[in-house]
Amino acid sequence: MSNLTMMTEEEKLEQFVQRIEAGDKIEADDWMPEEYRMALIKLISMHGISEIMGALPEKEWVPKAPSLHRKLGIMAKVQDEMGHGQLLLRVAEDLLKPYGKNRGDLMQDLFNGDLKFHNVFHMDTRTWGDAGLIGWLVDGAAIITQTNMLGASYGPYARALQRICAEEVFHAQHGEAIIMALAEGTEEQRAMVQDALNRWWDALLMFFGPASKDTTGSSKQDVTIKYKIRTKTNEQLRQAFFDKYVPRILSLGLKLPDPTMHYDEENKVWVYQQPDWAEFKKIIKNQGPRSQERLNLRRTSYENNAWVRDALAATVS
Amino acid sequence: MSSTENVLSPEYKEAVTNLLFQLADDDFLISFRGSEWLGLAPHIEEDVASSSISQDTMGHAAMYYTLLEELSIGKADDLAHLRPASERKNSILAERVNGEGYYMETPQYDWAYAVVRNFFYAQAKKVKIDSLRQSSYQPLAETAVKVNMELYYHLLHWKTWFVQLLSSTDEAKQKMTAAMELVMKDFGDVFSYGNEKAAIEGNQLIASEEELKARWTANMTPIFESLEMAVPAIPEASEKNGRNGEHTEELDGALATLSEVYKLDPVAVW
Ligand SMILES: [Fe+2]
Ligand SMILES: [Fe+2]
Repeated sequence: MSNLTMMTEEEKLEQFVQRIEAGDKIEADDWMPEEYRMALIKLISMHGISEIMGALPEKEWVPKAPSLHRKLGIMAKVQDEMGHGQLLLRVAEDLLKPYGKNRGDLMQDLFNGDLKFHNVFHMDTRTWGDAGLIGWLVDGAAIITQTNMLGASYGPYARALQRICAEEVFHAQHGEAIIMALAEGTEEQRAMVQDALNRWWDALLMFFGPASKDTTGSSKQDVTIKYKIRTKTNEQLRQAFFDKYVPRILSLGLKLPDPTMHYDEENKVWVYQQPDWAEFKKIIKNQGPRSQERLNLRRTSYENNAWVRDALAATVS
Repeated sequence: MSSTENVLSPEYKEAVTNLLFQLADDDFLISFRGSEWLGLAPHIEEDVASSSISQDTMGHAAMYYTLLEELSIGKADDLAHLRPASERKNSILAERVNGEGYYMETPQYDWAYAVVRNFFYAQAKKVKIDSLRQSSYQPLAETAVKVNMELYYHLLHWKTWFVQLLSSTDEAKQKMTAAMELVMKDFGDVFSYGNEKAAIEGNQLIASEEELKARWTANMTPIFESLEMAVPAIPEASEKNGRNGEHTEELDGALATLSEVYKLDPVAVW
């Protein structure tokens, strides 16, 4: 490789673009353009913090899980999500180094609303059916978006995703097992699943993000595609989700919450009712049904434990 | 299963059943309290680690409930979820809340209490498990061997926290000292077999209460010495003895939560 210190910014950029084009992996200490670093920080810190915030809605059902087997299963699942958060925040922290920022700063960004978390984790959970549905369809949706980035040009992220995706497959199986038990159970249990599906449907569609900038005014998908962090568009991912899950939903004897939904054979796309994207904008601005409560829970536990972090810092030094 | 059951005398079976309930309910409740901490530990790494301990512990409870099921006492899930507080045999320490507030809202949990309770509990469990490996009831002795492997890490984990926080800031030391007082207040029934003492000890299911207490203190001594502290004395007895089904309201709260969904329909498959 030519001597980086002797190169002009333009030459560095050119070499960087060539590496991306050639399918090379960019590593943490490699030179990278600001735009790339910023896109990664935004994407990965949001992904990481979403894993952590995503543990909260499911955690609500851990102590209530209806058997020893389910208690063990959902505990392990939520633990995995925290583990994903840990893995991803480490990747984000490395990217933040040139700015002198660390995990504590990311937590502050979360608390003051600068760092967003995924729309699905702002929703409330009402029954055990929701716990199953999250594992089955939210994790199912996550598998689709994350496998789309397994080949990401940024090496540390791609490697973290490989581990995460392997575990997500177990999560989706765990969720599906809960849902199947309910769907094959009593009338009340079946009603519980249908009700959960109805309430989560819009949030699931929103999970993939708006189809284009026109919908909500901004979308980060263009930059991430340009730098080969991802390959498919939001809409392609949503369609892949439908391809995979609509038949499964129907085969369990459940009804699609959107009665107008159908497959357009000619254009090979699912036609569906758009969720309320104005609502989506509100949700990701922390104005969703449980946004403030969950942030408050995270903030309070962070403050309650401040003395522990101080104590640990004191023993290290 | 039924072959073992057939050869057990009714008195022996009664004693085994009682001891198994004590062991199962202890691990079940303390694991439940651990699961309320999920997502709220002092840092993410700790969340992952302590959640793993709670899972192991729930797994241990499940093994004991399964041994009870094999003795035809009832279905493991029913035993775990449906028994009222008056039939529970766990120690008071295991049922105590983590701090103020309900886990579904914004609880004020106390990490110092978590560290002290879990460390003292894990040490007590270690002493019991070591003894249970020689239990006259073979299925229990075999279970103890399995539990012991995971318990080694639990103990190491909580000991590290315990020593670290007591070797740190004044604030941490204060909080840890306050937590120790709280925990020791509830330590009176941890090693108690309640009204079943004679039957449990007499059938050589496990060592005597006195022996186990002495071993706990002996195991704790070097750790406390390194901190220039004295091992707290185990109270002779406590106000309520959980082994006899005497409990606090905190157990009612725990049972209501942990059985909420199961009780919707205990016959259904969940
Ligand atoms: Fe995850
Ligand atoms: Fe997951």
